[in-house]
Amino acid sequence: MPKACFQHGAISGTQGAHLRIAMTLSREQISERLAAAGYIADRELPVALQLMDMLGRPLLLEGEAGVGKTEVAKALAAVHGTGLIRLQCYEGLDQSTALYEWNYQRQLLAIRARESSGADPRTVEQDIFSERFLLERPLLAAIRRDDRPVLLIDEIDRADEEFEAFLLELLSDFQVSIPELGTIKARSIPRVVLTSNSTRELSDALRRRCLYHYVDYPDVERETRIILTRVPGTATALALQIARMVEGVRKEEVKKVPGVAETLDWAAALVGLDVKNLQDDPETVHETLRCLLKTQEDRARFTTEVSARLLGKVA
Amino acid sequence: MCCLPPEAGDFGDAGTYLAERLTTFMRTLRNNAFAVGLKESEDAARVLASPLVARPTGLRSALKALVCARRSDWLKFDEVFDAFWLGRGMRRVVPLTSRAQSSKRTERRQLSGPEVEQKTEAGLGEQVPASGEEQNDSGSSPARMEGASRRERLAETDFRKIHDPKAIAEAHALAARLARRMRTRLSRRERVRAKGRRIDMRRTIRRNVSHGGVPIELVWRKRKRKPLRLVVLLDASGSMSLYTAVFVRFIHGVLDNFREAEAFLFHTRLVHVSNAMREKDAARALERLSLLAQGVGGGTRIGESLATFNRWHAKSVIHSRTCVMIISDGYDTGPPEAMAVEMQRLAKRCKRIVWLNPMIGWDDYEPSARGMQAALPHIDLFATAHNLKSLAALEPYLVRL
Repeated sequence: MPKACFQHGAISGTQGAHLRIAMTLSREQISERLAAAGYIADRELPVALQLMDMLGRPLLLEGEAGVGKTEVAKALAAVHGTGLIRLQCYEGLDQSTALYEWNYQRQLLAIRARESSGADPRTVEQDIFSERFLLERPLLAAIRRDDRPVLLIDEIDRADEEFEAFLLELLSDFQVSIPELGTIKARSIPRVVLTSNSTRELSDALRRRCLYHYVDYPDVERETRIILTRVPGTATALALQIARMVEGVRKEEVKKVPGVAETLDWAAALVGLDVKNLQDDPETVHETLRCLLKTQEDRARFTTEVSARLLGKVA
Repeated sequence: MCCLPPEAGDFGDAGTYLAERLTTFMRTLRNNAFAVGLKESEDAARVLASPLVARPTGLRSALKALVCARRSDWLKFDEVFDAFWLGRGMRRVVPLTSRAQSSKRTERRQLSGPEVEQKTEAGLGEQVPASGEEQNDSGSSPARMEGASRRERLAETDFRKIHDPKAIAEAHALAARLARRMRTRLSRRERVRAKGRRIDMRRTIRRNVSHGGVPIELVWRKRKRKPLRLVVLLDASGSMSLYTAVFVRFIHGVLDNFREAEAFLFHTRLVHVSNAMREKDAARALERLSLLAQGVGGGTRIGESLATFNRWHAKSVIHSRTCVMIISDGYDTGPPEAMAVEMQRLAKRCKRIVWLNPMIGWDDYEPSARGMQAALPHIDLFATAHNLKSLAALEPYLVRL
């Protein structure tokens, strides 16, 4: 089989390191840009993001569902002004959906079309295994971009262990070999963000390869700022009340603890209903609490008395 | 040693001094069960050379992101960092031989050979972080060792001394027998395999598109095998100290022999010990365990520990064929209602709950411990086990689960 060897303009080691240092943003810059992108970070995240660039390691984010792990990756892309490539993991995810695949239909069509014209079979073969017939999947796309995109590997714990092992290999070499085409080296090393909900214990090898950040529920102050940036038109006093109330709900024994997304929904609902002060309108508050409570059990637990008690603490 | 504050002369060569301190810090982390290797040390040195260090919080956050690998590390890191760099709230680990001999008669019998003694001396010399309240009244009341206390205790129970090759071999044999006999069930679900019993039509067609639709490469499906997973929660509180040794050995055997198993230790807190206990060499496993299990031998908070388990571990550890084995005497210092709630949650999550209680055989014991009463309705098998023999006698019941 003829081998058309592709050698993409890969950055050699020293040059790459050089580039990396030149592009490293300071911690303040990162926080500012994150805020500008609509993500209010905690104290430690900007340092972790800075380290990612400095050490060239992927970042593993863990945390409860709904604390905004995916948002971090989106904001990171905005910080560096690059694209975001997302790979959603699931059980049974394989290389052909994650890495690359040949476009068989087009190949067949091409063969049929040339059969009649009597072209040389060897040139036909060379042609159909060329770049034009290659379908890029997220992982391949990420290493073939020039602008160091953010590669988000979402919910890695849902993928099988075999896929995790394969990913580990890719993350250390940043090159892919396609038998018909040759080895493709990364043009630039993407910034890799992995998220996990810990439905399965990840391998130690992968954990050690990555920087780690645990994303927690925001405290009242941070949540207030999140509401103010994400729900325009909220008064500061109201945002503070909402944040305190949500904190109260989280401390209650609820089955499904409300995340940041739920808070934002609720804030939007209250703003939409033109509530200025939670104390003025306990009934609306109770009615709209369903934005936060997503199971039947929780809703049954939150009687009017409970929400009144929580409201009392908010003032 | 490493906990001394920097002296005036040291600043002459700040760079070397810092580098040395960093190395020591890395060693401290390793002793605190962080997975820190050469690569991490190298990267830490790079962090130290970067402008991040200019800010006091910068170094902390950077090292935190670098050396942590899981949530438990994340929660522990600040304490270790403060203890090391700021000299705050730390204490030495008490030399392990002296106290243990006077307080634990039964376990001393198992002290075997001079090489164990030796190891104890050479072992952990680093400091461990202390919780603030503890320091104020350390060594005050001897009464707190009796029964269930709410306070954590220093690592007086040293797991290393239960390293007795013969007993370990026996425990392993039992665990191996169980592992063989607790059935692996075939589930109705199938998944793609290299060799199988049925052709996966959809995937076969898909894969052979490249051959123009002629099925040359076949894709097979096979039924999934779901091995039973055993999750052991061992109560390591003071009241259980007579039995801890037996069960720790058993757990080591379980982790070695079962395809899927997890182990937790609880007293006033819950500790995930699978990784430490998976060490093939029993002596090393026990050594790592004693480092992890600070506060062993103190009081019990079963309800709280179960809550931690349900909240943080159950999701990743329990699947549809999981048997949870709780080994505890049921003496809980927390409110029984809390325990009932947590047991109910646990029962909802997993297939079967076995509760082994070493105290049942005793004449004056009735599961009066109110916590135990609260837990009983949710338990599938409630049985006695206080040594390996009685554990072996349970085999037929366990196998049937």
